[in-house]
Amino acid sequence: MLANFMAWMDKRLPLTDAWNKHLAQYPAPKNFNFWYFFGSLAMLVLVNQILTGIWLTMSYEPSGDGAFASVEYIMRDVDYGWLLRYMHSTGASAFFIVVYMHMMRGLMYGSYQKPRELLWIFGMLIFLVLMAEAFMGYLLPWGNMSYWGAQVIISLFGAIPIIGDDLTLWIRGDYVISGATLNRFFALHVIAMPLVLVILVFLHILALHEVGSNNPEGIEVKKKKGSIKPEELSKFTFHKQYSDKYDIVDAIPFHPYYSVKDIMGVAGFLIIFCWVMFFAPEGGGYFMEAPNFEPANGLKTPEHIAPVWYFGPFYTILRVIPDKLLGAIGMFSAIIVLFLVPWFDRGVVKSIKYRSKLHLFNLIQFSICFVVLGALGTLPATPLYNMIGIIATFGYFGFFVALWFYSKNEKCKPVPERISH
Amino acid sequence: MKNLFKAIAFGLVTLVSVSALASSGGIHLDKANNDLTDKESLKNGFKTYINYCLGCHQLQYQRYNRTFKDLGIDNADGIENYMYTGEKPGDHITNTMPKKEAAKWFGTAPPDLTLEARLRSPDWIYTYLRSFYMDSERPFGVNNTVFKDVGMPHVLQDLQGVSSIDEHGNVSPAMGGNLSAEEYDVVVRDLTNFLEYVGEPSKLERKSMGVKVLIFLFIFFIVAYFLKKEYWKDIH
Repeated sequence: MLANFMAWMDKRLPLTDAWNKHLAQYPAPKNFNFWYFFGSLAMLVLVNQILTGIWLTMSYEPSGDGAFASVEYIMRDVDYGWLLRYMHSTGASAFFIVVYMHMMRGLMYGSYQKPRELLWIFGMLIFLVLMAEAFMGYLLPWGNMSYWGAQVIISLFGAIPIIGDDLTLWIRGDYVISGATLNRFFALHVIAMPLVLVILVFLHILALHEVGSNNPEGIEVKKKKGSIKPEELSKFTFHKQYSDKYDIVDAIPFHPYYSVKDIMGVAGFLIIFCWVMFFAPEGGGYFMEAPNFEPANGLKTPEHIAPVWYFGPFYTILRVIPDKLLGAIGMFSAIIVLFLVPWFDRGVVKSIKYRSKLHLFNLIQFSICFVVLGALGTLPATPLYNMIGIIATFGYFGFFVALWFYSKNEKCKPVPERISH
Repeated sequence: MKNLFKAIAFGLVTLVSVSALASSGGIHLDKANNDLTDKESLKNGFKTYINYCLGCHQLQYQRYNRTFKDLGIDNADGIENYMYTGEKPGDHITNTMPKKEAAKWFGTAPPDLTLEARLRSPDWIYTYLRSFYMDSERPFGVNNTVFKDVGMPHVLQDLQGVSSIDEHGNVSPAMGGNLSAEEYDVVVRDLTNFLEYVGEPSKLERKSMGVKVLIFLFIFFIVAYFLKKEYWKDIH
């Protein structure tokens, strides 16, 4: 019965073929470690955001007069509305934690290097759209921090010479942040951005499966056809799209091996996620900021306007540069340089395991600077913090500059032919 | 190498927690030590709120009947003892104070307090209501050490009495109230408790559901771990 149905379907749509190509017969290196959980976790969080978002939309009212009250309506009168809202708000922060870990993984193991440049760029586009999505979503509760956070960020566009003022007016749809801004952000947040996000995720995975997964050793599992003795080939059957072109070694089918492993990862992640969501949904004032518990008020500025934590690193770079236009350029450059990592890195050895001590040190200092910048973004600006922020900004950009210089003739350890364990 | 990554991960976590600590500060607040599971305390707080606060401060997102249900007050009792102005039990807890006029009377319209405990914290409310002192410069003759030049009079003055402040900013104990200092603290603690409840009526439900979900997830994790181990036993 089911077999007949599948046969009928397969004649009309390559269902079984797609299943095999991308899951049951996709050759995944056998040595994925802890850092490789975050891709599937990002997908999980994306699904969580979309589903809870749909249900929140059913009770949310996108208007300057009704938005704040409708969120409280969801929290009080909608059955399990509080749960939906916390899943969504905690999910937003979780999304960034997971994505930052995922990007860190890419940097450590050189997953952006040839031939994975486009894969990395799709990933970076996802990150960029995710930031826009989160920024717009944060306005929707229409709390006072939503309002002033949006005010600060949108006013950045005003720093652009000549067109700046008209541009901010165009983005806001009004002379100040108002119901008009809220309405368009709502439209973009629930339709435009998620649509783009899902398409980009699709392309990201398609590009991944075209070039194949990297791994902690940075050793390709797809070898030149005919270069491997038959008895050394992987004992598993892989889709002919892969096995016709390459000799595949040290790989296992994604399903069931990594699907069961990822289920374990999901369970571990959910323990932490639910712990925060059920016992500290405000995330200590970082996931939900206290001033957001009073409605947007254009006449009452919060004592200390801080963006949500995940924008911290970029916000600090903006803030420590004294000139507004240069600050905005600095902030956007911080994201652009990430796009260009595949070209800053002129080395051929991928994994940090086989690269120089210098590279290891550079990556560590970069991670520290990134976290310090993030922490500073949530703190008030004082001369001391400003000083630290400037140093960390140099460290951040210095990573890329140094990488470009030393990677050309870097002294790396010899990379084995095969994954040994 | 593995240890190195662990060290990096550990370092990141530490830095985040240090930054979290560094952001607290400001005025010293007393601990409210209120207990959301104490229904009597919540009822007392609700009562105090209706009698002393509601005239000016609405709870416009919270409904009477929801409050009755959560506090274990039956509807008839609630209508009789907690509702004075002829609303229906399904109505929000509001007042009829005209906002524009109120802004003229107090300098600013009295804010809605539904989310006050989430905006400022229960400890803040508890300390604030115990920090009024005599100040003849202010329109209502009182000022507050927690909220300087607040527009609000000391509404609970007949309970607490009046305190004065010396030149070092130390507030001396109140005199002449109907309650002793300890009794007054209890009234304020109950009121704080009620406001924490109103800030998030599902809080207790959230925590009890959280315990169940986490127990399930721990078991699920163990099952998932052994499932993975079983599948992977022949992979080297």
